[in-house]
Amino acid sequence: MSFVFYLLATLTVAGALAAVLLKNTVHCALALTVAFAGLALLFLDLDAQFAGFAQILVYIGAVAILVVFAILLTKGSETPKDGVFSRTWVAGLAVAAAVFAVLAWAVIQTANLLPSSAPAPTVTVQQIGQALVGRYVLPLEIVAVLLTAAMIGAVIIAMHEKDGVK
Amino acid sequence: MQGNMDQIFVLLQHWLMGYLPMALQPLAGVVLGVVAIVCVFPALFALTTVFERKGLARIQNRIGPNRVGPFGLLQPIADGIKSLTKEDIVPLSADATVHFLAPVVLVVTVFMGFAVLPMGRNMVLVDLDAGLLFYFAMGASAELSVFMAGWSSRNKYSLMGAMRAVAQMISYEVVLLLSSVTVVMMTGSLSLTKIIEAQNHYTWGLPHWFIFTPWGLAGFVMYAIAATAETNRSPFDLPEGESELVAGYHTEYSGFKFALFFLGEYLAMFSISGLGTTLFLGGWSAPLAWLAWVPSWIWFFSKLMMSIFVFIWMRGTLPRLRQDQLMNFAWKLILPMCLLNLMVAALWRFLGEGWLRWVVCSAILIAAYAGMSLNELRRKQIGPRRYRYAE
Repeated sequence: MSFVFYLLATLTVAGALAAVLLKNTVHCALALTVAFAGLALLFLDLDAQFAGFAQILVYIGAVAILVVFAILLTKGSETPKDGVFSRTWVAGLAVAAAVFAVLAWAVIQTANLLPSSAPAPTVTVQQIGQALVGRYVLPLEIVAVLLTAAMIGAVIIAMHEKDGVK
Repeated sequence: MQGNMDQIFVLLQHWLMGYLPMALQPLAGVVLGVVAIVCVFPALFALTTVFERKGLARIQNRIGPNRVGPFGLLQPIADGIKSLTKEDIVPLSADATVHFLAPVVLVVTVFMGFAVLPMGRNMVLVDLDAGLLFYFAMGASAELSVFMAGWSSRNKYSLMGAMRAVAQMISYEVVLLLSSVTVVMMTGSLSLTKIIEAQNHYTWGLPHWFIFTPWGLAGFVMYAIAATAETNRSPFDLPEGESELVAGYHTEYSGFKFALFFLGEYLAMFSISGLGTTLFLGGWSAPLAWLAWVPSWIWFFSKLMMSIFVFIWMRGTLPRLRQDQLMNFAWKLILPMCLLNLMVAALWRFLGEGWLRWVVCSAILIAAYAGMSLNELRRKQIGPRRYRYAE
């Protein structure tokens, strides 16, 4: 666990905490962007070049902008009248802690199973590409169909039904 | 001698690195490269501002700046002094932190894009295996700064300009990526140095640049259109159209922050032209085999400045596109052509060498273009415009 890892982890956690604790919703979205950037840098620290850059391209370049547009085009940018924190925050904290405990247990179990002396494999973009169109082509196609269905569904829900001929 | 001129900057870098102990040498090499980029491209930016003002002026039948220095060449110095000494006005109700950070984010992400461009033989700052992906990741992050600038100004014109700019940028980002994907498909690598190496061969003295293939020409045209839209240049400059939106998302910026936005926009133009020359025009390779004695970095920068000249030419000549025309153009005309171009590039590869693939691929692309243009022209009914909005 190097110094760089602790620095990036602090950045990510700080961004995520700011994203839930800030009052202004657009500030929260921008803090979330910082958390995404921290995650991307963690990927790059692990030498996963494709994952890191794809994280920046997709999350910061598209998802963050989408979140910001959604906040601006709906009424989310006005601060709600009865405060931003829910009243049942204790139950929420308990559930979050339970989920975190399960995930941490699962991760540590797999870390114990890996041989610690094996060097980290260098995954090139070509290997990722070949895996995507070779072994994992069916999940790729299903994800593509799912994304298309989601886009069409969003357009249908958002469009005002026109009476008469279009 | 020819090799020395070609590698003069690399040799200079190694000579300067030699003055430091072994442990610090890689760091020193990278720092020298960064210093070179940070000095050269803003200097080119200064030159381009004069170039643009004089060029636009001549196109519009006037002279342009001619008072500061011979032929107005010292004008950027005057502009720089002006922008440094102007009062920095921040609106009272503006969001101070975000307002401050927006130009910083823009300039930082745009400078990062220069790190993967090969500016000459062996002259890349970082030779990444996924170089093209890194470039597009930085380009995508620059859009966020546009939004931050528009939103934090608490000005409805700024916000509208920012929303329009972001909508335009994300639409044309799709076109930009898809037209670059054909190049990646044909070379089989995302690394920019390998893409140039694949173009650095000559047949009968003519180069193998991708622009000289049917799919490459179509890809280059679409890339150029998307690049113009990505950097908010005319004819796609509605987000900063002075006659419609005051100054769009950088209305409330004055003094040095405005200069930073200006710098960021021009640097984005440079880096996207640099990427376009790398992908389609062969990067640093010479146009004819017997011209290879000219240093490679001269070819790269010449092609870059030619692209900038074409940008300036387009700005002076073409009228501005309206927002819905812009969006229609991207999603209904260019995107189908891009997808078709992908398939044509695949067909090119699998038809094998020979004249057949030239004829077939050119025929498909020309037929598609003519068909789509005729289709668009035929459906033009002049009547009241009807819009469908999302609820």
